[in-house]
Amino acid sequence: MNSLTNRRKVIEQKEMTFWERMYLPAIVHGLAITLGHFFKKKQTIFYPEVKREFSENFRGQHSLKRDEEGRERCTACGLCALSCPAEAITMTAAERQPGEENLYREEKYAAVYEINMLRCIFCGFCEEACPKEAIYLDGDITKANYSRDTFIFGKDKLLEAPLK
Amino acid sequence: MVFYLVSIFIVAFIALYALMAVWAERKVSAYMQNRLGPMETGKFGLFQTFADIIKLIQKEDIVPTAADKALFFIAPVLVFLSVFMGFAALPVTYGYISSDISLGVFYLLAVVSIEVVGILMAGWSSNNKYALLGSVRSVAQIISYEIPAVIAVLSVVMLCGSLNLQDITMQQGIYAADPIYFLGIWKVNAVGGFPAWHIFQAPHLLIAFFIYFTASLAECNRAPFDIPEAESEIVAGFHIEYSGFKFAALFLAEYAMMFLVSMIAVVLFLGGWNTPLPNIGSLALADWTSGVAWGVFWIIGKSMVMVLIQMWVRWTFPRFRMDQLMSFCWKVLIPVSFGCMLISAIWKLAVI
Repeated sequence: MNSLTNRRKVIEQKEMTFWERMYLPAIVHGLAITLGHFFKKKQTIFYPEVKREFSENFRGQHSLKRDEEGRERCTACGLCALSCPAEAITMTAAERQPGEENLYREEKYAAVYEINMLRCIFCGFCEEACPKEAIYLDGDITKANYSRDTFIFGKDKLLEAPLK
Repeated sequence: MVFYLVSIFIVAFIALYALMAVWAERKVSAYMQNRLGPMETGKFGLFQTFADIIKLIQKEDIVPTAADKALFFIAPVLVFLSVFMGFAALPVTYGYISSDISLGVFYLLAVVSIEVVGILMAGWSSNNKYALLGSVRSVAQIISYEIPAVIAVLSVVMLCGSLNLQDITMQQGIYAADPIYFLGIWKVNAVGGFPAWHIFQAPHLLIAFFIYFTASLAECNRAPFDIPEAESEIVAGFHIEYSGFKFAALFLAEYAMMFLVSMIAVVLFLGGWNTPLPNIGSLALADWTSGVAWGVFWIIGKSMVMVLIQMWVRWTFPRFRMDQLMSFCWKVLIPVSFGCMLISAIWKLAVI
């Protein structure tokens, strides 16, 4: 019978010889292995100072995007909140007033947009659900903190910096 | 005066050594697991254990309500004391020994055994089942492993004809008064260096050395004989209820004990403060590297290497099971060590 991988090994269980029962070769072999590892290159990355590169489809902290004219893309449709399996997203919609056309792209916008980072599971369903390409999980790892109420991120933390 | 100076030097050195040994242990274990170990506190994390000991001293000294208070306090003191008393009889260098007693080996073996009492006290007084289990295991193990250790030591003492540790050291180098032979055939009084060490003076002493080394690992409760402290079974063994300074004392005593048994092994088998470099013709390496200061360097250096080997062994091998531990001691080590002693007797009569 062919094996799926070529790594199959037939295990032989023979009675140990006297030399094997002395365990001395095994002891020396074990010491040699640990000594070998002692001089191997270490894998450690000094995290806060040095960061490992993220993969291309890494999902970090959310950011609310702006369009090419610097207007908020979000129209507060609530599809992200609906798609969110952890129910981490809440928002309050508001109507755009005359004179605010340079701030909001659509006639409706999110006056309040909050994500509870302790509930979020970083599944990325919100960015898939968004019809306006307004939310992306393209940020860094969410920072740790000491108190729970600091983990409800509002627009102040999520919104992209305005264009210059 | 010299007596006090040597004593103060030893105590200060052992305290400093124990701190650095904890750091070294963490580094060795990390490097063997492809990690780096402590790196943040000082260069290469050198001050990690100093920071740890400051933290431990500041901590609350918790005494369990159901504990036997008196014994709970005495136990770490006793453990610490028994280890430090051992250093009194060890030769530091040529002509310097804190307590030059003619029964040095006997005294050492007796004093080191007091640690067992301390460990049993710690386990019993904590009133904790894990602590009690740990200390019972520890006592069973240490008492069993003392037998092969003592008999291995005896096979050296029989060849020397002396229990004085300074005399035993003197016979392993260029200062030897009696004729000494490499493997019983080549006279090495003038050569000195490693061929004059006890492990090379007779082939069976090499085996005796390994028996002593194995048994000393068990006496220190170190892996692969660490069932008294087996983290995965009984959490921390006898010192589970200890915190703060008392825990620090037990911890430092453990590392001082490692150094003590290494130093005993070095004095008895590896030439003590004698240089490992032999005289080769006109290249008188042994003469150049002998003396009072060199002696201190060699005995501490050799002991450090032994401690490092103990760490290396600890991070290589898995823990023994209780029955394997006992059968290894009683069925392998004790018969072999008796064999070594017998050969020593024959060697003394027939070869030299």
